[in-house]
Amino acid sequence: MAIRSSIRKGGVRWGEFSIEVGLACCTLISVITTAAIIFVLVKETLGFFSHVTPAEFLFGTRWVPLLKPSSFGVLPLLWGTLIVTVGAAIIAIPIGLASAVYLSEYASAKVRSTVKPVLELLAGIPTVVYGYFALTFVTPVLKTVIPQIQVFNALSGAIVVGLMILPMIASLSDNALRAVPDTLRQGAYAVGATSYEVTTQVVVPTALSGIMASFLLAISRAIGETMAVTLAAGATPNLSMSMLESIQTMTAYIVQVSLGDTPAGGVAYQTLFAVAALLFLITLLLNIISQWILRRYREVYD
Amino acid sequence: MAEFTPTQLQSKGVTQLQDQAILALQDVSISYSGKAAVSKVSFPIAKHKITSVIGPSGCGKSTLLRALNRMNDFIPNVTTEGKIIYNRQDLYAAEVDPVEVRRNIGMVFQKPNPFPKTIYKNVAWGPGINGRKDSMHELVEKSLKQAALWEEVKDRLDESALSLSGGQQQRLCIARALAMAPDILLMDEPCSALDPISTAHIEDLLYRLKSSYTIVIVTHNMQQASRISDYTAFMEMGDLIEFGKTRQIFTKPHKQRTEEYVTGRFG
Repeated sequence: MAIRSSIRKGGVRWGEFSIEVGLACCTLISVITTAAIIFVLVKETLGFFSHVTPAEFLFGTRWVPLLKPSSFGVLPLLWGTLIVTVGAAIIAIPIGLASAVYLSEYASAKVRSTVKPVLELLAGIPTVVYGYFALTFVTPVLKTVIPQIQVFNALSGAIVVGLMILPMIASLSDNALRAVPDTLRQGAYAVGATSYEVTTQVVVPTALSGIMASFLLAISRAIGETMAVTLAAGATPNLSMSMLESIQTMTAYIVQVSLGDTPAGGVAYQTLFAVAALLFLITLLLNIISQWILRRYREVYD
Repeated sequence: MAEFTPTQLQSKGVTQLQDQAILALQDVSISYSGKAAVSKVSFPIAKHKITSVIGPSGCGKSTLLRALNRMNDFIPNVTTEGKIIYNRQDLYAAEVDPVEVRRNIGMVFQKPNPFPKTIYKNVAWGPGINGRKDSMHELVEKSLKQAALWEEVKDRLDESALSLSGGQQQRLCIARALAMAPDILLMDEPCSALDPISTAHIEDLLYRLKSSYTIVIVTHNMQQASRISDYTAFMEMGDLIEFGKTRQIFTKPHKQRTEEYVTGRFG
């Protein structure tokens, strides 16, 4: 009889309904936050572009926003971000992929179960620690080899950011390689292939979409990286080809202005949002491309 | 080639077989982490014949088959004892290179496992990595014809192998193995994932292939074993219960257990 009494014809279960609403509200928080951030970015960026033309911003080669006569060419910041990111990728991609191949294809189960958690632990180190590591260890070591290197320099920034994204590439690529079915490896061994041939010609090409996605996610993390590069590479907007000099990345500029006493509302203040919007667009684009690669090139196995 | 003690010769057919044996198992035992999967199995594999290995699930027949081209090497904690003699050489002798073994003893697996490459590359890859350079087109065509797949794929060799049906994929895997011109072809339940029509295709194919290849097939389909094979080994719980000519195993088995299995009373 208990069951029958709980069936209410056409009635609403208020308990169930309130739980559903509560859960939906929690989801809404992140949706609203994202929307609000984008709204503020767009609004302030539009305000900035009422003072500075998009062409001057995107193609100008001098970034002097806080002093008179001011100039708002973002290229030096973009360049700073680019050389740190490219340098980091050059270090992290080959080593990260090689580590992933070792872990997935060569290491024993015991080695793998020890090393994999260590890699994931490395990903949890606060990035400011990497910054200090660059300043107090990497740069002094570099100085013994290259005496003319500056205290703040793009090279040590690139190196520590590379070390920082290395575990991410190794771990995600390892997952992609492990997802390749064993039956495929066996098929390759059965025609007289060596481990190296199986790995390079069957397993890695099969996992390529996942591997590429791990590269792009890591690069997008390198672009967005703030504390390590601010500490390592300094705060000098610089369009120089030399990695031995101090530079400034987009993120480092945002830190500099946020910490300083730039009055709210002025053009100098609005540069913050214009740079942030550009940064957001770049990382968004990279994330979209990596998602697309994952979907487009995923081979289907059952 | 291989020597057998009289106790290992479990039926009259085997005596004649000794001379034509291309592969001979002698007291082969295989265990996983100390747990026995195959115990002291001995029988010969006749050249240019089909030998089937039958038995209930878990009897060790697939494990035994994978020992014949050292595919068990990839499973951790496997120990193989006894001898598998091929060309007067024990395949498990220390100086034997397992890669070389697999070039001569090919394998087709339970589930079709084509590489995610084009149809052409699936066939050409094995010979390619093993140093073959010239007349690759002819080899691919010949292998696909041998596998009775050529007519269906000749206009789409550049398409992904994954676009083929399950039965076509399995014939592609057979073509891939044949392209290596192996002495022996091992097949681990090659039809278990296929529909009856594809299965009939593959059985026809095996029948034609035996004029030039030696085939060892593991199957739990007794009709299949009796239809296509010349010799049959019946295994149970890791032991070889009986080995002999297929007709004898299915019509006049010497062992009670064999008769119970082939007449479908268990398994």
